[in-house]
Amino acid sequence: MNIDTLVQNLLNALQWGSFYALIALGYTLVYGVLLLINFAHGDIFMVGAYIGFFLATFLLGQYALALPFSLPPHVIFLVTLLLTMILTAFAGVTLERVAYRPLRRKGVNRLYVVITALMCGLILENGNLALLGANRRNFPQLLDNTVYSLGGVTFSDVKLLVIFATIAVFLLLETIVRKTKLGMAMRAISYDRMAVPLMGIPVDTVIVFTFALGSSMAALAGVLFATAYPVLEPYMGALVGWKAFIAAVIGGIGEIRGAFAGGFLLGFVEIFVAAFFPSTLRDLIAFSILLVFLSIKPTGIFGVARATKI
Amino acid sequence: MLEVANLHVRYGNIEALHGVSFQVKEGEVVALLGANGAGKSTTLLSIMRLVPPEGPVVTQGAIRFNGKDLLPVPAHAVVAQCGIGLVPEGRHIFGNLSVLENLKLATYARKDADQIERDYARVFSLFPRLADRKHQRGDTLSGGEQQMLAMGRAFMSGVRFILLDEPSMGLAPLLMQELFRVLKELNEAGTTILLVEQNAHLALKYAHRAYVMETGRIVLEGNAQELAEDADMKRAYLG
Ligand SMILES: Nc1ncnc2c1ncn2[C@@H]1O[C@H](COP(=O)(O)OP(=O)(O)O)[C@@H](O)[C@H]1O
Ligand SMILES: [Mg+2]
Repeated sequence: MNIDTLVQNLLNALQWGSFYALIALGYTLVYGVLLLINFAHGDIFMVGAYIGFFLATFLLGQYALALPFSLPPHVIFLVTLLLTMILTAFAGVTLERVAYRPLRRKGVNRLYVVITALMCGLILENGNLALLGANRRNFPQLLDNTVYSLGGVTFSDVKLLVIFATIAVFLLLETIVRKTKLGMAMRAISYDRMAVPLMGIPVDTVIVFTFALGSSMAALAGVLFATAYPVLEPYMGALVGWKAFIAAVIGGIGEIRGAFAGGFLLGFVEIFVAAFFPSTLRDLIAFSILLVFLSIKPTGIFGVARATKI
Repeated sequence: MLEVANLHVRYGNIEALHGVSFQVKEGEVVALLGANGAGKSTTLLSIMRLVPPEGPVVTQGAIRFNGKDLLPVPAHAVVAQCGIGLVPEGRHIFGNLSVLENLKLATYARKDADQIERDYARVFSLFPRLADRKHQRGDTLSGGEQQMLAMGRAFMSGVRFILLDEPSMGLAPLLMQELFRVLKELNEAGTTILLVEQNAHLALKYAHRAYVMETGRIVLEGNAQELAEDADMKRAYLG
């Protein structure tokens, strides 16, 4: 592998890992606060991509009902991105309200909540299928996606945007969790849930905030993913969701930097395996490597063994 | 101030309190004594409105605070709106947060920025050790320092009525004296205190009045000084 190919693969891995990282974040945040693996989260990513699709096509004036004026495509992109994040946050919060909170109130074993999450994911996938049909949708091209080349390395606007957005999200979340009271409360809950209301903090508010944060990051991933790979279908969140969950565990679930480390690591392993082996073997080899890694360090890169609390 | 009347509570199918009644008046230090398993912690958790899985379920009776029915109030509002705080048994400090973050979190619902600043200063003057360890993680503190942090946190939440659950547990005698001196100081500055203790000698020395619990019931009550000299009390609890 010469230096150009190496840099090219690194860049591709950073972009690919960014998607995993942004989705892994949602798994890790919810796990940190509720010790719940929200298996519907991959499908929230799908929901985000679809909401983005409908918003973008609406703003482009592709429906009978349209805006009285037209916007330049990059403005449409920005508006779509922000609105999608907000709407998807509502979707995630609704999921928590409707499916998980009633179970939590009943104090049932977490296993049942995880099963419920799996079912919610299936409902989202099949609900989409029933509502919109099996045909794929093409996400409109909103950004020019200029391709630059530097030596033998090519990179595009979109690729850079994805990478920078992910880095910005990392910095933003670290700041929220370190500096704001709500962020501190998220960390506090993961350590000692009983003491949180004793600080005058409504636990439900913290949980809602967590779901909103995780879901809006999945929406960000959804819109960016659809911009880079513009084909949408109802099951698009399933495999990516599983892989992002694995990335969260590899990084150390419950840890924000773990989601990023795990996401990028998975991206690197996949891209570099694909560079040397036939692409049909990619997942087999990639996940075998990660399996070995986990058997050596089961708590993941940044994870610490959780002391069982009574 | 606080009035508990005929309180029955249960954990699952097991009743833990069978009709507990007592009162705490503004400005008092009241001790709640009794052997392990008598229902002291359960009483405090019920007042704080902690519900399963963290607390019990109230099935009968009333808890009133300044005339207001506490039963429908959620735990965070008991703290933020009613101004009742709990320093729980086992401290429950946030070990993954720094000392300062622990204190800051307790101000979550407060809006009085100026008073918050004065309260920080107060906590650090009451517990100078916390000031030295401001930026240390909670789980690196010694047991005594954690107890101070738990009390500091309750103070920072801005409450006027503090429930303490066995604050002396596991502390060296010197530290215990120190802690009770601080409690006395807080009380003299206007904080009402309901103190659960197994160390009856110590509690009766600082309390105005006391109640004694046995298997989910109040069996003795009275003025702290009288109780300290009471024959039954001596036989059962003071050794
Ligand atoms: N979480 C719980 N689940 C079931 N029973 C409990 C729980 N906590 C306490 N109990 C029971 O309630 C009774 C009172 O306990 P507790 O209030 O902790 O006593 P104390 O604080 O006076 O030592 C005991 O019989 C205890 O076993
Ligand atoms: Mg107890």
